[in-house]
Amino acid sequence: MKIRAIAFNTFKEAIRDRILYLLLFFAAACIIFSRLLALLTVGDRVKIIMDVGLASLSLFGAMMAILMGTGLVYKEIDKKTIYTLLSKPIHRYQFLLGKYFGLILTLFIMLFFMSFIFLTLVFLHTFRIEWELLIAIFYIFVEVCLLTAVAMLFSCFSTPILSSIFSLSFYLIGHLSWGLENSINKMKPGIVKTLTQILYAFIPDLENFNFKTEVVHHLPIPSEIFLFSVLYGIFYSLFLLFLAILVFRKRDFI
Amino acid sequence: MAAAVKIEDLHKSFKVGFIPKTKKILRGISMTIEEGEIFGYLGPNGAGKTTTLKCILGLIFPEKGNIEIFGYPYLSLRAKERVGYLPENPYFYDYLTASEFLHFYSQLSLIKKKEKEEKIHRFLRLVGLEESVNLQLRKFSRGMLQRIGLAQALIHDPSLVFLDEPLGSLDPLGRKEIRDIIVRLKEEGKTVFLCSHILQDIEMICDRVAIIVNGEIINQGQLQDLISEKIHFTEIILSGVESKELEGVGESVSALGGKILLKVIEEEKIETVLRIVQSRNGRIHSLIPRTETLEDLFVGMVKQG
Repeated sequence: MKIRAIAFNTFKEAIRDRILYLLLFFAAACIIFSRLLALLTVGDRVKIIMDVGLASLSLFGAMMAILMGTGLVYKEIDKKTIYTLLSKPIHRYQFLLGKYFGLILTLFIMLFFMSFIFLTLVFLHTFRIEWELLIAIFYIFVEVCLLTAVAMLFSCFSTPILSSIFSLSFYLIGHLSWGLENSINKMKPGIVKTLTQILYAFIPDLENFNFKTEVVHHLPIPSEIFLFSVLYGIFYSLFLLFLAILVFRKRDFI
Repeated sequence: MAAAVKIEDLHKSFKVGFIPKTKKILRGISMTIEEGEIFGYLGPNGAGKTTTLKCILGLIFPEKGNIEIFGYPYLSLRAKERVGYLPENPYFYDYLTASEFLHFYSQLSLIKKKEKEEKIHRFLRLVGLEESVNLQLRKFSRGMLQRIGLAQALIHDPSLVFLDEPLGSLDPLGRKEIRDIIVRLKEEGKTVFLCSHILQDIEMICDRVAIIVNGEIINQGQLQDLISEKIHFTEIILSGVESKELEGVGESVSALGGKILLKVIEEEKIETVLRIVQSRNGRIHSLIPRTETLEDLFVGMVKQG
């Protein structure tokens, strides 16, 4: 009940944020731009639209999660609204979870709108609903949930600018870490390989949520990968939320 | 019966500066606030008033010390359920209307649906904002924000209310209204912990006070015990007499519009002044004996501290 009240209040606050609409506008513009790009390209135009559209959803979803998530807790502390909130009979973790779910609700609705524009554009070209695209969109949402948890963790102890830089680094490392996995496979057994394996275990692998190529090109996806990716997203997010709660519960609000 | 608030040996320090240096803010605060009283907490800026409040409310954690609220550990939900808090210069979600705002806070306090609407209207009426029910908080003046802040502090019917400078940004009429509300809270059996710089208000409504200077409580007790009732001097406003005729009996503070304000320190000289005025067919406009005020006590203690 208390988490729900904070979540809905966060949602009300988020939908008044101008940056959200700016990003939504650019995302819509990019999706529509894919149509123009398709006209200039030799080959399957629908695939270009799908490719660019999904990439836009992924990129702008991540941007929304990072830019709004990093201000989530900081704004409450900065504006001192947290004083009256935490003096009420609520636990600090309830406050944090309420903020998280409030932003997740906002991002879900934003992603829904962007997906609607994208799927309509695809439909106008194929005259059929491409259900497979929903798989890729679902995993984009899982990634966005994880990135929100990352942004919120940094927001618990840092300023929005630093938190944005940290979260963006997390996003970039997460999408490039598959290169490390390739390198591990090519390495000879030894201390370097072991160390690299340990490093790989700790850094995020956001490519687990990237099913764009498979969906666009109708490639088969093994069912265990689906399950692994969902579980990876859920547990990683829970771990980050747990860390955020640990940091937040001991914090002084001066 | 447990005390409303019991604080024992509270210590808090902060790290300040680029090369962190420890700054002690609270140095062993101990005090007990009894149920049903209005307790005034006084101190100059930076003395540690708000830090004490934040420790009690669990917004910051003391390094040492113990706090109990109605016998419960201060961080427990049982303790928090009985507490209402209005911070200094309150900031709220300015996109909410007054009604939405109180709705949100009543949800956090788990107020039953049936009671919610009735309570929201009751408290909006109590703080004089019933006309602004659908107005967004961004359009509120500072005084109105203070009032809506008071409403959110009271919405869950707490037994103990912490008010940090509640009268600071109000006009004289608003100050009187809030003072009346505080007195009414006491009549309803609630305990009020009041931090304020406005000493006249504290003097008017508080049962007991504590004075904090440099993180230490230097005096606490009932107001009548702290303030001496001895007459320090008498202020007489008179007319129809030349000020040079009053030389030696008192100190002429000002002379405006034919009226003289005379400060008489020795009590027996008052008779002499009255005789002079009578003999010159003059007029006494007022005669006020001045006892020690809370302000005198406060200033004296802060200087000593």
